[in-house]
Parts: sequence; structure tokens; C-alpha cells
Amino acid sequence: MEAFLHQILSGLAAGGIYASLALALVMIYQSTHHINFAQGEMAMFSTYLAWTFINAGFPYWIAFVATLGVSFVAGILIERIVIRPVERAPVLSVVIVFIALLVIFNSLAGWIYTYTIKSFPSPFGGSFFPQNPYMSPHEMGTIGVTFVVLILLYAFFRFTPLGLAMRAAAQNPVSSRLAGIRVGWMLALGWGLAATIGAIAGMMVAPVVYLDPNMMAGVLLYAFAAALLGGIDNPFGAVLGGFIVGVAENLLGAYVIGTELKLTVALVLIVAVLLFKPSGFFGRVIVTRV
Amino acid sequence: MRTDGGLDGRRMIGMLLVVLALAVLPFFLSDYRTFQFTQAIVYAIVLLGLNILTGYNGQISLGHGAFFAIGAYTAAILMDRFGVPYWATLPAAGFICFVFGFLFGLPALRLQGHYLALATFALAVATPQLLKYKRLEEWTGGVQGIVIMKPDPPFGLPLSQDRWLYLFTLFVAVVLFVVAWNILRGRTGRALIALRDQPIAAEAMGVNGAVYKSTAFGISALYTGIGGALGAIAVQFVAPDSFTAFLSISFVVGIVVGGLATLSGAIWGALFIQFVPNFADQISKAAPWAIYGAVLLVFIYLMPGGVAWMLRGVTAKILRR
Repeated sequence: MEAFLHQILSGLAAGGIYASLALALVMIYQSTHHINFAQGEMAMFSTYLAWTFINAGFPYWIAFVATLGVSFVAGILIERIVIRPVERAPVLSVVIVFIALLVIFNSLAGWIYTYTIKSFPSPFGGSFFPQNPYMSPHEMGTIGVTFVVLILLYAFFRFTPLGLAMRAAAQNPVSSRLAGIRVGWMLALGWGLAATIGAIAGMMVAPVVYLDPNMMAGVLLYAFAAALLGGIDNPFGAVLGGFIVGVAENLLGAYVIGTELKLTVALVLIVAVLLFKPSGFFGRVIVTRV
Repeated sequence: MRTDGGLDGRRMIGMLLVVLALAVLPFFLSDYRTFQFTQAIVYAIVLLGLNILTGYNGQISLGHGAFFAIGAYTAAILMDRFGVPYWATLPAAGFICFVFGFLFGLPALRLQGHYLALATFALAVATPQLLKYKRLEEWTGGVQGIVIMKPDPPFGLPLSQDRWLYLFTLFVAVVLFVVAWNILRGRTGRALIALRDQPIAAEAMGVNGAVYKSTAFGISALYTGIGGALGAIAVQFVAPDSFTAFLSISFVVGIVVGGLATLSGAIWGALFIQFVPNFADQISKAAPWAIYGAVLLVFIYLMPGGVAWMLRGVTAKILRR
């Protein structure tokens, strides 16, 4: 029973990471209907930045905040420079641009930091949380961070004028523009936020999977599954999907199929959701008029 | 959009000359260079297949590395376990991939644009892990993979193994290109393009979208599978880590660089993905991919038609007096 509980709880910790990355995907999907294939590699690169800051001698939390700041600005710049020219291009062009970004970030990380695996520190030391047999301090910290991110985002979108403007721009760009909202900049801000959330996910997962340029491939796949399961246009659905997928992954891995087919599970889940419930649990059903 | 027209005498002679030039090429090259060109032809077959699906039919696949792997493993297992001659593995690889492609194409009918890209991307990422799976190890050789023998030239021809394999691959490629050209220039090609550009109008005109799209997926996988089988024979080795998601991405790079929805684009794209990494490797291990990424952006922004359309524009300008 203890082992079972342990599996569920550490599944929740992994789920928190999937939920964060899924949230970043939703952030971009909501406003542009683009699925950002480069989200994982962007998060990976942010994590390398954090590693650089920490190695330069900064305390963890200062490096953390600095990484978030840099990621935010980088996200905005990517939207402005790379994504904007293909805003109205066919889907194929958009997908190829995302793939190009994925490849560029991956190779840049490999070029600058080499492909050797590095360890990444966890900020949640031994005495940070009470000792217990169910969860490691880092797992508890990850869940905590996920919830802080969620609350902050909820507060931002619900209670600030800027958050309201961003929601409006995503829901109805034309009317928003008439109401004086600068829709293009709202999209850029969305990208900045997505990059920031991705950076948090990267820094939370790096102590577990270790730092290397390909560390996010599996995480990204599970984040896709999570976002689809919850409904890729619904932030709360995506977070819930993240936790469900995290727990399911851990339980399946521990009791049913073992850990060697983890990615295949994500593949099956993605295809199954797309086939049987493309809008996910909480997504809007899209009705097309012919 | 213009589809390739009929074959007048001048073009026919031109094509024959190109094939002839390609056929004598290995006699001026070392065995190693010949091997590299064999691989380029293998990539050309794959890119042709991917282009039928993505270029002509507009279904985005980021997972063709999976079909390449299935073809390669089919050839390797048949040769290693059952002693099947190398040439006989090609139809088998093609058939198996056609079935897999067709089956993957059926659910893909319901997925459009980004979602299809997502599903195929997941397929590409999961492929190496599937190939390493323990239950399949008896067949696939697990992480170690399978080593196969390079075929000798038949009838005691005085050729090196590499040159013979080059000529064999070239022959297969020519046959597959002629078949693709015949599929695409007529009614079927028009139907595929119509389904890409105006799906609703095409269906209203009586084009059966489900049949055409899933068959396109099957044929595309068939080409990729035959390419995979030839690739395995040329490399003499298959292992899970040769079939990562980056292989699938390099195929996408190939069709974008070569030119979407063109036949000749497959050749330019294949030369690009075969030889550019070779040169870029000397700078850094990461350099080929950095170049791929940059080149993708440049082509999408500046010349979305790729090399093939660019050349077409240039020749049109020269010929117009």
C-alpha cells in the first residue's frame, strides 16, 4: 500500500511538470491555434541558462528569477521575429518553422554546452519539507511550484487589466482590436509567458532526468498528451490532464507495462484522444460549417 | 497549379541522358563515395514518398522515420533470419509498410494540419523505444541491432559490391520515379492536389477523400519502406538509435529544400541531406542541425518552392527569348 501511494504521489509530481508544459502549449494554442513543437527545446535551453547562472556563482533562486526574465524576453523576441512572418501562412509552413526552432535550440545547446549529461541542483534540500516515506523533498517542491504558478496565472488572467486584454485578444481578435487592444503584442506576451512557464518546467524536471539537449523529448510528448486529454484550448483542463497523465504513467510503469515503453504509452494516448475525443475532456467542440 | 505534362521527345532524351550519366557515375568514384551516392538515392526514394503525402496531398508527416525503420528492419530480419535474397526483401518491405501506412492513414483521415503533425511527431519520438522493446528482441536484436551482409554482384559481373549496390539502387529508384510520375500526372495526382487545396470542393466533385488520402499514406509509406530496406542493405546494419525523431525531421528538411510537390525536388533534397551534414560535421557535431534549422527558416521565408521551383524559374527565364 505504501508503495502504491508512493507511485501515485510521485506521479503527481511528474504530473505537475507535464501540467506546466501543457499550460505553456495551451497559452500559445489558445490565441493562434498553433501547436508549438519547440516548447520542450525552449524549456531545455532555458534550463541550460539557469545552469550557467548557477555555475557562475549565483544563488539558486536568483538564477531562477534571472532565467525566467531572460526566457520571457526571448519568448517575446521569438514571436516577433520568427513566428510573426508566418502568422497567416498555411499550416505546413507554420509546422516547419516550429520544427526549425526545435532543431536550432537543440543544436545550439549541443554546440555551446556539449552533449555530455550534466546534473542540475534541486532547490528543495533535506530540511525544507518534513521527512516522509512517500515523497522526496524535490517531488513535494515540484508540486508546490506548480500550484504557485497556477495561482499566479489565474490571478493574472482574472484580476489584471492586462490579463483581461490577453484573454480578449485570444477569444476575439477583431473586436479586441476595435476596442483598442494591441492584439499582436498580446500574442507576443503570450509567447513570453509560455516560454517562462516552460522554463519553470525545465528547471523542475532537470534534477530528475539530468540536463542534456534531448532531455525534454519525453516530457514534451507527455505534455502534448496532457494538453489534448484536458482539451488543448482549456488551461484548467490541461493542468488536470497533466496530473492524470503523470499518475497514469507512473502506475502503468510500475505495475502494468514497465518503464521501457513509456513513450509508446504517450503515443497511444495522443492518437486515442485525437480519434475518440479530439476536443478532450474540457475543450470546446469545434463545429465547422461546410 | 500545373502538373507535369506529357513527355515530348526532347524531355525524354534529357531524362535518359540524366539516368545514363548517373549510371556511369560510380565508375569515376571511390567505393566510399559510391556508397554515399547510394545513400543519396535511397533518400531520394524516401523524399519522393514523403512528397506524395505532404507535398501533393497536404498531409503533414513528421514521422516517416518510423516507416523507414520498418522497411529497414523488414529487410534485415528477412535476410538475417530467413536467408531471403536482398532483392526479394524490397517487395516485402514495401508491402508491409504499405499496410502500416494505410492503417496509420485511416485514423489520420480525422486529423488535420497540426493534429496530424502532432500524432506523427509522437510516432517518430516513440520509434527507437519500440524497436528496443524486450519482447521484440528476438527479432530485432534489441539495442545491438542486426548486422547483414553486403550482396555480391550477380552473374560474376566484374564490379565491386558498392558499385553493384549503387546500380541496383539506381534501377529501383528509376522504376519508382516513373511509377510516381505516372500516378501524379493524371487523374490521381489531380485528385490528391484538389484534396490538398480545396478539400470540400473536391469531395463535392466526387473525389473520394477517404480512399485517396489513406491510399496516399500507404503509397508514401511503401516508398519510404523500400528506401529503408535499400538503406539497411547499403549500411549493412540496423539499430534502434539510427531511427530517432531527427531522422524523420531530416526527411522534412529534404522535401522543403528540394521543393514541395515536385518530383525532381526529391533528388535535390536527397543530395542536401546526404552531403551537407558530411561537410558540416567537420565544424561541430551540432553544426549539421544548426544548418538544417537555419536553412528551413530561410526556405520557408524566402523560397517556399525549394530548389526545384527555383530551377524551374531560372530555366523558364533562359528559354524565353
